[in-house]
Amino acid sequence: MRDERPLSDVPAWLWLVLGAALAAQIAVRALQAPLALGSADLPPAPSSAALRLASFGEPEAMARLAMLYLQAFDYGGTNPSPYRELNYAHLVDWLRALLELDPRSEYPLFAAARVYAEVPDPVKSRMVLEFVYREFLADPDRRWPALAHAALLAKHRLHDLPLARRYAAAIQRYARSPAVPLWARQMEVFILEDMNELEAARIVLGGMLASGAIDDPAEARFLRRELEALEHRLAR
Amino acid sequence: MPALILARLALLEARRGGLLWLAAFALAAAIALGGFFAALAITEGRLVQAALVAAILRICAVFLLAAQVVASIRREIDERRLEFTLALPVGRSTQYLGRLAGFAALGVLLAVAFSLPLFLWAPAAPVALWGASLAFELALVAAAALFFAMTLAQHVAALAATAAFYLLARSMSALQAIASGPLADESTWHELGRRAVDGVALLLPALDRVTRTEWLLYGAPDTRSYAMALGAMVLYILLLAAAGLFDFARRSA
Repeated sequence: MRDERPLSDVPAWLWLVLGAALAAQIAVRALQAPLALGSADLPPAPSSAALRLASFGEPEAMARLAMLYLQAFDYGGTNPSPYRELNYAHLVDWLRALLELDPRSEYPLFAAARVYAEVPDPVKSRMVLEFVYREFLADPDRRWPALAHAALLAKHRLHDLPLARRYAAAIQRYARSPAVPLWARQMEVFILEDMNELEAARIVLGGMLASGAIDDPAEARFLRRELEALEHRLAR
Repeated sequence: MPALILARLALLEARRGGLLWLAAFALAAAIALGGFFAALAITEGRLVQAALVAAILRICAVFLLAAQVVASIRREIDERRLEFTLALPVGRSTQYLGRLAGFAALGVLLAVAFSLPLFLWAPAAPVALWGASLAFELALVAAAALFFAMTLAQHVAALAATAAFYLLARSMSALQAIASGPLADESTWHELGRRAVDGVALLLPALDRVTRTEWLLYGAPDTRSYAMALGAMVLYILLLAAAGLFDFARRSA
């Protein structure tokens, strides 16, 4: 410990200046609204090489941190339709770059299929679904869950059965790991069955939880919340 | 053993200088930040936490150790205590290596402490390998910081040189990949630049191959590549120690 003089040795005017400066700082910050990242703020994606350089040898941590940064755009607390106004060309470039940074991460494709493809804009939704499909082909055994959800979205939201069947057929053809559940390996039949979106979503979520494909509590929580939201929407 | 005494003094100075509290604060801050980010994640919550806590703790450990080494050595030089110890009947190599051993031991202690929270989010074997790798990495950082603190006359210059060396060593593979990318032009200048980057890479340790977060997320590395990466660290520590001893042997005071 360093030697110190008592607090009473500090001149009164210095106490006043210190207190006033602290109060002014707190007042100024309290008046400033927190910055919300709007849709127009999403910049063009950097290349994965630039991200790799900026990560200083920590690409896995950088990929996840950048995903959290990305999902903050156009998602204000009072935003009635999050992500709808985003520039999806930029968004897909970001997702691709982050997937290149850590190809084993499931986060970019999960967010693509479960969050960004769910916007009520068919053009934007299709852009993301095509991104999921192309990236699925690079690693089918790991990435099939995202394409399975993409197939359901194509059928029930876009009402595009040929697109849904294309995605389902790709899962059947390329996802060969024994860890892939039976319903996913028979995805085309599953898509053709006459069931509504809620029934299909329940089967997919239940199957994924039973097969151990979802072992992350945050993911399970998010999917259950999505299922409840779907139940509410269809009940109305 | 004079070398052991010097090593013990380095550890004692770190303890009295409050490094323990700084390390505890870094641990708490990293865990809190990791928890905050994991709460924002919609999937891979455990992996997000493990990756970010590991990355933050790694850089904190490096910064704390480098700052401790540079501050300790520069203080010793500025207060002319080094002149006094040089006059003692103890060989210069013993003096230099004793200090290095003390700082490396400090690195091992930091690596052990900073690995412990990772057991919460990753399997034991990869965490143990990550921790051992961090210990070697910190020993290398200690050797680099000791070298720069002894050779450069200013505190800030020594710290900046250590930081630049460390960050460049961690980024070299990415720089090489960018330099030889498919879209790069074929001009003579670019070729010269690419070769210069390759040349610099030859002089730096491959720090992007050690203490990898991917081990914590996707499983332990194979034994051969792990042993080779750590072997390369040991080789570079020897190089830095030899360079430091070379300069120390020529030092007049």
